[in-house]
Amino acid sequence: MAPRYVGLAAAIALAASVATAALAQDAERKGIPAPPGHVFNTIISGYQFRSKETRALQDDDLENPGFLAVERAADAWKKAEGSEGKSCMSCHGQPETSMKGVGATMPKWDDKLKKPVNLEQRINICRVEHMKAEPWKFKSRELTDMTTFVKYQSHGMPVAVKTDGPMSPWFERGKQTYYTRYGQLDLACASCHERNNGKFMRADFLSQGQTNGFPTYRLRDQRVVPLHERFEGCMFDVRAEPFKPLSDEFLALELYVAWRGIGLPVETPSVRN
Amino acid sequence: MRRSLVAAFALCLSAGGVRAQEPAKLPAAEPIKLDVVNDSLPKSLTATPGNAEAGKKVFLTRTLGNCLACHQVTSLKSEEFHGEFGPSLDGVAGRYTEAQLRLIVADPKRVFTDTVMPAFFKNDGLSRVRPEFVGKSILTAAQVEDVIAFLKTLN
Repeated sequence: MAPRYVGLAAAIALAASVATAALAQDAERKGIPAPPGHVFNTIISGYQFRSKETRALQDDDLENPGFLAVERAADAWKKAEGSEGKSCMSCHGQPETSMKGVGATMPKWDDKLKKPVNLEQRINICRVEHMKAEPWKFKSRELTDMTTFVKYQSHGMPVAVKTDGPMSPWFERGKQTYYTRYGQLDLACASCHERNNGKFMRADFLSQGQTNGFPTYRLRDQRVVPLHERFEGCMFDVRAEPFKPLSDEFLALELYVAWRGIGLPVETPSVRN
Repeated sequence: MRRSLVAAFALCLSAGGVRAQEPAKLPAAEPIKLDVVNDSLPKSLTATPGNAEAGKKVFLTRTLGNCLACHQVTSLKSEEFHGEFGPSLDGVAGRYTEAQLRLIVADPKRVFTDTVMPAFFKNDGLSRVRPEFVGKSILTAAQVEDVIAFLKTLN
């Protein structure tokens, strides 16, 4: 082999070993590179922080209990409700095409309301305005099922919320909430999920607090849990008075936290602790 | 750089006392004032000295100190799940004086401004505290003194 090729081979071997070393460090938790100006270098789904068993449960569509919610909502999708005699399907047809990508971009600006709305709110707006049906209550099985179902139509698509234009003040508001310490324990979202992710707090292994898997099947609750319920739970646990689900505060926080996970694939229905 | 100290999380509501309830507290709204001298609290918070055995219980109880949520202690290795947010407390008695430990437990942000460790003896200046905890510190003065007594055994 000519000397120059030996040199090249050595360079390749060196590059390969450096790559292997880097890979070994990240082997446990794979992520995606964050865009410039992001808070993380690597954005990592909560999936990567969970046990092999929990991940296997999520990965098997037949075993994943979150799919029961998806199946229930697939029936509800076709069911006419309200005085207009309409179902979701009456306007939206096949969810696989009409809802594809919708969940990945929520919360989204609503020109009529002049504020961002999330998936739960969008579903209820449809029910009230177009179906003339009662809105579903937050945390009701019906609303969480349908939210899960619609989000599932974006499964594998990257989280892609818009944070500029009229969303910009909402983004800033959410960011402020994220970094504000609340409650008697005086903790912010950032205290655990930014500064201490990848570490144990007692038996809890802290993740980046990403939202790409929500609504998520939570093992300890044995049901699918919507995002704002998780926000409430975190605030309650630090002995703070939580904001109300679907409040402007949580909407802003949902937007901001979605941005912290920008580009992650939608995993709904994910399985978490 | 010194690792920031991080401590405990009490995650449940019912603060089941591990010792007799303190006698009648002062009106809850009265803010606690700490007599800080050179980044420490030389004066005991109580008239009676702390009890290390009681302090160990406060240290371990999830609704009280819950110090293991964030810290590791080799002598407590029979207890499951030592957290990783904060440094090991092995030998902490040799690293800080009693007066320093007292302030670190009572209000650590006065010493380590950037720490995520909660203040265990502070009852104001907090945001959106749940009504049942308003005006109350996580630990009582006696419980803080007991924890200090326990920490002093960690040589």
